[in-house]
Amino acid sequence: MIIASNVSKKFGRLKALDNVSVTCNKGECIALIGPNASGKTTFIKTILGMVVQDSGFITFNGNNILHHWQYREQIGYMPQTGRYPDNMTIGHVMDMMKDIRGDTVSLDEDLVIAFDLKSLMKKRMRTLSGGTRQKVSASLAFLFNPFVLILDEPTAGLDPVASEILKGKIITEKEKGKLILITSHVLSELDDLVTQIIYMQEGKICFHKSIEELRTDTGEERLNKAIAHFMSNQQK
Amino acid sequence: MTDILRNRIILLYTVVLFIASFSMFSLEDNTSKGLLSLLNIILIIVPLVSIIFSTIYTYNSSEFIELLVSQPLKRKTIWLSSFSGLAASLSLAFFIGAGIPIMVYQWNSIGFMMIAMGILLSIIFVAIAMLAVVKTRDKAKGIGVAILLWLYFSLLFDGLVLFLLFQFADYPLEKPMIGATAFNPVDLGRIMILLQMDVSAMMGYTGAIFKDFFGTYTGVIFSFGVMLLWVLVPLWFSTRKFNRKDL
Repeated sequence: MIIASNVSKKFGRLKALDNVSVTCNKGECIALIGPNASGKTTFIKTILGMVVQDSGFITFNGNNILHHWQYREQIGYMPQTGRYPDNMTIGHVMDMMKDIRGDTVSLDEDLVIAFDLKSLMKKRMRTLSGGTRQKVSASLAFLFNPFVLILDEPTAGLDPVASEILKGKIITEKEKGKLILITSHVLSELDDLVTQIIYMQEGKICFHKSIEELRTDTGEERLNKAIAHFMSNQQK
Repeated sequence: MTDILRNRIILLYTVVLFIASFSMFSLEDNTSKGLLSLLNIILIIVPLVSIIFSTIYTYNSSEFIELLVSQPLKRKTIWLSSFSGLAASLSLAFFIGAGIPIMVYQWNSIGFMMIAMGILLSIIFVAIAMLAVVKTRDKAKGIGVAILLWLYFSLLFDGLVLFLLFQFADYPLEKPMIGATAFNPVDLGRIMILLQMDVSAMMGYTGAIFKDFFGTYTGVIFSFGVMLLWVLVPLWFSTRKFNRKDL
């Protein structure tokens, strides 16, 4: 569904993305991992068209995304830190998003209900805690039943109960055949979620493997051990 | 955007304008004198509040704009609607705060011109502020630029023009002066209002030239046109820049 070929992006002298080529297909749940400043978020932002790449191109369902914006209807995005206008209530933000999408038929309010946001609808965004904001962002990403879900550090700032709910939701969506892209630092969390791993470092993709491949290659069962194995091998 | 209307600063701005304009009118026994004092306040305060508020507001909503960009929306739509939200709410604040007292005390062409100029100035400085925001990534720097721009338009520009006038006092400068005013919307607004008040005699020979030009029908059209340009040009540049910006 999403194909990136030779995407490069520079911020001044820093190479944020260096010849990144990735193919993502339906029904996959891909974890994008790597150290800080390895270009994960930049890559996600180029897919969303928030950052315009210097060279290379990205296609979504066979269409180049440059100068097109309609394709974003099919993406649900949960940012790392969601910030909303201070004086709007949760209800207002939700209504506004529904207004933008214009599609109120196939709403997926599972997370809204699971996070018990209905009772908070009248609260102003300014008064919300970081965790509640994350819940709002997550609910918004899933609300419109998109084909592609892009989650940037989804569980950061969520309490264990909420992150379990979110994980459960991600698994059910994966089973529906949607494409899910997750970035995270908490590797143990991804174990039972993901089917493929993309490991990035300094703007380059070090490997893109399915989780079984990785397990057989490294001989480790747990994901964080497998990655640690890979990283220590690389340093040698 | 209900968010802006609920903002405390906007409410405060409205109330301050309201009190200032009412007290100006009631302090002076002659309403046109009150209008003159009010004019100076409006020409200083309106651009200042518009430019600073819009700058800070746009910076603070940058993350939200980011979120909107990830939604199926054209970038142009996002930018223009955030501009129109700001422009509309600041104009409304001006209209309620200063417009109503003016209409109560001065229900004539002077009052009307003053309200029109106040609203136009609000919109112009929102457009300028948004250009400043999109050009500078750093918040502190952006606010600094906004303040400098305001200083330039309100004080420095006049100083510069005066300096040039004295330097070239031996030459006939009336025509270039008209051209020069087009480069400063604040001056343009001031002249338009003063001419309506018929105090242009105070401005001497140059005043007569101004009256000759700006007092005519074409002059009024010209200055409204220039002020519209002051809205459209920064807006066009900022939209273009925003379209290509990395968020």
